[in-house]
Amino acid sequence: MHELSICYGLMDQVERIAAEQRAVKVVEIVLRIGPLSGVEPQLLAHAFPVAAAGGIAEDAELVIEDMPLRVYCEACDAESEAAPNRLLCGHCGGFYTRVVSGDEMLLARLELEREEEAAIGGSNNTTEDTENTEKTA
Amino acid sequence: MCDTCGCNVTDGNRHLLQEGGELARTRGGRDAVEVLEGLLSANDHQAAHNRDHFAAHGVLAINLMSSPGSGKTSLLEATIEALGDELKIGVIEGDLETENDAKRIRDKGAPAVQIATGSACHLDAHMVHHALHELSLDGLDILFVENVGNLVCPASFDLGQHFNVALLSVTEGDDKPAKYPVMFRSTDLVLLTKSDLLAVLDDFEPAKAEQAVRNLANPAPIFTLSARKGEGMAAWLDWLRDEVARHKTALAAEQTTPIDPNHVHDQRHHHP
Repeated sequence: MHELSICYGLMDQVERIAAEQRAVKVVEIVLRIGPLSGVEPQLLAHAFPVAAAGGIAEDAELVIEDMPLRVYCEACDAESEAAPNRLLCGHCGGFYTRVVSGDEMLLARLELEREEEAAIGGSNNTTEDTENTEKTA
Repeated sequence: MCDTCGCNVTDGNRHLLQEGGELARTRGGRDAVEVLEGLLSANDHQAAHNRDHFAAHGVLAINLMSSPGSGKTSLLEATIEALGDELKIGVIEGDLETENDAKRIRDKGAPAVQIATGSACHLDAHMVHHALHELSLDGLDILFVENVGNLVCPASFDLGQHFNVALLSVTEGDDKPAKYPVMFRSTDLVLLTKSDLLAVLDDFEPAKAEQAVRNLANPAPIFTLSARKGEGMAAWLDWLRDEVARHKTALAAEQTTPIDPNHVHDQRHHHP
């Protein structure tokens, strides 16, 4: 059961990104998990509320996108679907294949609420603007 | 420019605001941020750092994984006995509790540090790094990290090792690689252990175990041995000798930058 420790690690990542983005709340967390990642999406979902309690993502929705398992065979120069314990080429049956999708354990996307609403009406307007997101109230 | 009618959107920044863009807006004025970062990035960062430590000392690090009771410690005892004069070996032992395994290794004359993980079912790169502060790597040729006996969780955590070695004892069943594909897919060498018992077990066929490993698209070598009886140890010992030699040659070839002794660690991690 390493899903809980993975969830705690996820929370560290989310807190860091939320701080960088000046978010006040994390609304949604999207993960991509493949069947060869070694983590069980269901266990991750159970562990999530425990790890998220009291943090910025406490009320966030956890969305887990299951990734398909596909292998690439160099001999055939082709991809095929595979099963976790049978990663052979679907065309020639050879085992010199490479997993191209299915071993991911990724934090794909976050949906955030930023602090700009809270900042409006504040006395100092020193929010650091980046070149592409300049905004004038 | 305003945020209401969209006049602040220019050709230069439009791509950031479109769906999937870094600053794309979603319902209710929320912001979606693309991340695409591994969930184990903190662990992977630490593992890379451990690898730098190993490189700085010219040590080959091997992560031993298997079920509990498949003979990891017995294999290490026999290996230290056989290679003791030839290669200097150090061991990090991972178990939930007790110092028993580290004691067994020390009794064979090799330095060993025990990590008691408490309730954690695997070692991670941070635990190994912590143990490295208690074990001098100076003069070592091989560092074995004996992971917690478990065919599931240890497979997901990079420790900074150069090789994964998975043990499968013949009392466990020849279909274990099919049942635990994540572990047996990622291993660089498979050892079928307790081979002396094959004579009395009619339900374990080494060829079937090998087929199950090949089905995972893993071309790793597979050796059959008994550490207790000394059978089949030569192939394993030769593999170690070859890999140590290859590792030292590779390290000598590439200029490695020594690690800063005052390095700062800002990675946090938790365990239940």
